[in-house]
Amino acid sequence: MSIAMPAPDPRVLAQASQIVAALRAVLPPDAVIDDPRETCAYECDALTAYRCPPLAVVLPRSTEEVAAVMRVCGDMGVPVVPRGAGTSLAGGALPTADCVILGTMRLCQVLEVDTDNRFIRVQTGVTNLSVSAELEPHGFFYAPDPSSQLACTIAGNIAMNSGGAHCLKYGVTTNNLLGATVVLTTGEVVELGGPEMGPMGLDLLGILCGSEGQLGVVTEAVLRILPRPEGARPVLIGFDSAETAGECVARIIRSGVLPVAIEYMDEPCLRAVEAFAKAGYPDCPAVLIVEVEGSRAEIDDQIARIRAIADALHPVEFRESRNADEALAIWKGRKSAFGAMGRLGDYICLDGTVPVGQLPHTLRRIGELSRQHGLEVANVFHAGDGNMHPLILFDANKPGDLARAEAFGADILRLCVAVGGCLTGEHGVGVEKRDLMGDQYAPGDLAIQMQVKDVFDPQWLLNPAKVFPLEASAAHRARAAE
Amino acid sequence: MTVALDLAPTSEAEVSEILADCHARRTPLRIAGGGTRIENPFLAETLSLSRLSGVVTYSPGEMTLIARPGTPLPEVRQMLAAEGQALAFEPPDLRGVLGGNGTPTLGGVVAANASGPRRLLTGACRDHLLGVRFVDGRGRVLKNGGRVMKNVTGLDLSKLLAGSHGTLAVLTEVVLKTLPLSPARTTLVFPGVTETTALRIFTAALSTPFEVSGAAHVGGTAYLRVEGLEGQLAYRRDRLLALLADWQPQVMEGAPWDAIRDVAHFAGGGPLWRILCKPTDAPSLCQGLRAMGGDCSLDWGGGLIWYRGPGNPRGLAPHATLVRRDGATGPAFPPLTGAVARLHDGLRRTFDPAGILNPGLMDA
Repeated sequence: MSIAMPAPDPRVLAQASQIVAALRAVLPPDAVIDDPRETCAYECDALTAYRCPPLAVVLPRSTEEVAAVMRVCGDMGVPVVPRGAGTSLAGGALPTADCVILGTMRLCQVLEVDTDNRFIRVQTGVTNLSVSAELEPHGFFYAPDPSSQLACTIAGNIAMNSGGAHCLKYGVTTNNLLGATVVLTTGEVVELGGPEMGPMGLDLLGILCGSEGQLGVVTEAVLRILPRPEGARPVLIGFDSAETAGECVARIIRSGVLPVAIEYMDEPCLRAVEAFAKAGYPDCPAVLIVEVEGSRAEIDDQIARIRAIADALHPVEFRESRNADEALAIWKGRKSAFGAMGRLGDYICLDGTVPVGQLPHTLRRIGELSRQHGLEVANVFHAGDGNMHPLILFDANKPGDLARAEAFGADILRLCVAVGGCLTGEHGVGVEKRDLMGDQYAPGDLAIQMQVKDVFDPQWLLNPAKVFPLEASAAHRARAAE
Repeated sequence: MTVALDLAPTSEAEVSEILADCHARRTPLRIAGGGTRIENPFLAETLSLSRLSGVVTYSPGEMTLIARPGTPLPEVRQMLAAEGQALAFEPPDLRGVLGGNGTPTLGGVVAANASGPRRLLTGACRDHLLGVRFVDGRGRVLKNGGRVMKNVTGLDLSKLLAGSHGTLAVLTEVVLKTLPLSPARTTLVFPGVTETTALRIFTAALSTPFEVSGAAHVGGTAYLRVEGLEGQLAYRRDRLLALLADWQPQVMEGAPWDAIRDVAHFAGGGPLWRILCKPTDAPSLCQGLRAMGGDCSLDWGGGLIWYRGPGNPRGLAPHATLVRRDGATGPAFPPLTGAVARLHDGLRRTFDPAGILNPGLMDA
């Protein structure tokens, strides 16, 4: 346990029963949970190494109920941790003992589908996948598609500015978010953006998206929707080295073909996937899956261009899918990669991004670091945009192994920053990468971000101890507590 | 105030010195790129970024461009086109409309979040902005974001600075995503149609997966732009021609998309307003605007109305910005109220406590 959390506020703990009573006074009876047998279900998110049961959990059903919760917590000085589905890999919804968890799962209504103006308005507790399911009969879809899309909520997607495999073409959440209904810590409700294609005044929606619950709670969202493509087809390309695979990615991008996805898997990952899913992938050091969209003729044309690029680099294999079953077979291994890795042991999933041209060098260095730290690592990631997902394998039952894995992970993320990239491409900082922020940002760069939080959340009650290193935020928190 | 002398720093350090000094003396500054954007009517010294110019790095394989704010837009266009790429959001050149004689700069484009017809398909300037370096109103040299496509590390201040019109900070370096330029394009033209008909055409076309990259209505003619790889283009064009056959489309090569982007049809005089609305509201808004005595055009599939004429359109459409004043009075930007106004003030004070950066420009 190398990530420190601040000590709970004794004044808040001492008032626990009054706080719960005040919440009960403004919410329906089933919307407030304080029984420790039930609150323990909220003690962690998908970063399970860190746990802490909250003081209470609230499950509001409307913007008004969220506003009421915020007024109570604002008045009584109680920290609030917003939580979507709890799928954060970065500990973005990790509670503190003195906090109220504000769960969005009952904010689950679809409010408006407007295909003429190409948007959908939803309460933010709806899951990512259900938004696209709702749109399917209309011939539209919602583009961001994080791997956890079956479970994760739009609220969490907005908080973390989530991406997915298809964002090479369609962008991440911030590029597909048109408007938001936001509850501030004062309990005030503001509308930012809407169906119009631009902000009124400053782009507050732009800083809200990806702010990890630091600025406000989003209860409703207006999302941009897109007509479904006529078809999509993947190809699989095997290479005998990571360098050649990286070169292939850069050449595809330069060629003018813009695939919807370019996925990369390395040898350790391929071995695990083969043992688990038997996807029939080639036995080679690097595999790319490239997916293109359009009509049959358009797809054929794009694949021919990709084949010409790949052939010049002498691939071990170039596999086309001729029908839906073969397309599924190509994706099967990639989609089961995380499950396959889970069979090998415990793992930490990292999320650094590097400039595409730095991929081969970064992969080589990760291999060297793996030998230095004595832990195995597998790479599976979105290569088109340089968003890496190294999976570090360790044994949680072995004393000291988690700390070694975390140290290895920190070295990889520092490497990402050193080659011109960043700590996190789509998972967010949370608590996991909080203490590495100083590697990416100078003190002044962090200070201005914290000053922006001061404006939105002067009491520093929202999602405590995330994003900003505790040492850096100490003065802001102390001022807020006065 | 002292006699106005133009300040034209050539380095970030100089920008920092000037701003620290102006902060201490509480001297307001008018921040200018090429001097082609919305005019600040308030008297102040001018800080020109025209000499902080030049491309730092352009990596076509990584689809990224890093450049200083004073870099002229035409230079950037040329450099990218040589690699078959472009700034996909199609930044407009409004000097014809605003009567300026400067050259638009990259910093000005970002500060105004200026986006042309393709905004409909690929998003606005802010969607292509990967990172910034900037100097705040105290003279602090700061950065945010980076040069990679996916980055959720900390608060996204780049988005906040895009479209802040120099009221929060002075940009000293911008990182933009570049995209491959479609090798082929064509336009479907529908002459002699009303806005109501144009919207029906737009709605039908934009519900297809054919990636329509421009949907405008100017002077009674509706335009739909289609782009793609060669084979792709013919397919998309033919499918759209069939779908929209009732409205008798014509195919036009070399349609005036640059002129539409630059609002050339409203060059010259008269107050000019830029109005954002829900696309399907555009026809009735245009009717109301014409009743005020002016003329309208549509871009972004109806989501953007340009109105030239008398009166204040905010009674009909609150989301209206006065781009060319020409005698019109009142605030240029839509007035804000309540908590949103308070957040704006708080951010302004955070970035620029002495109120020296383009004061009054975005205020009500």
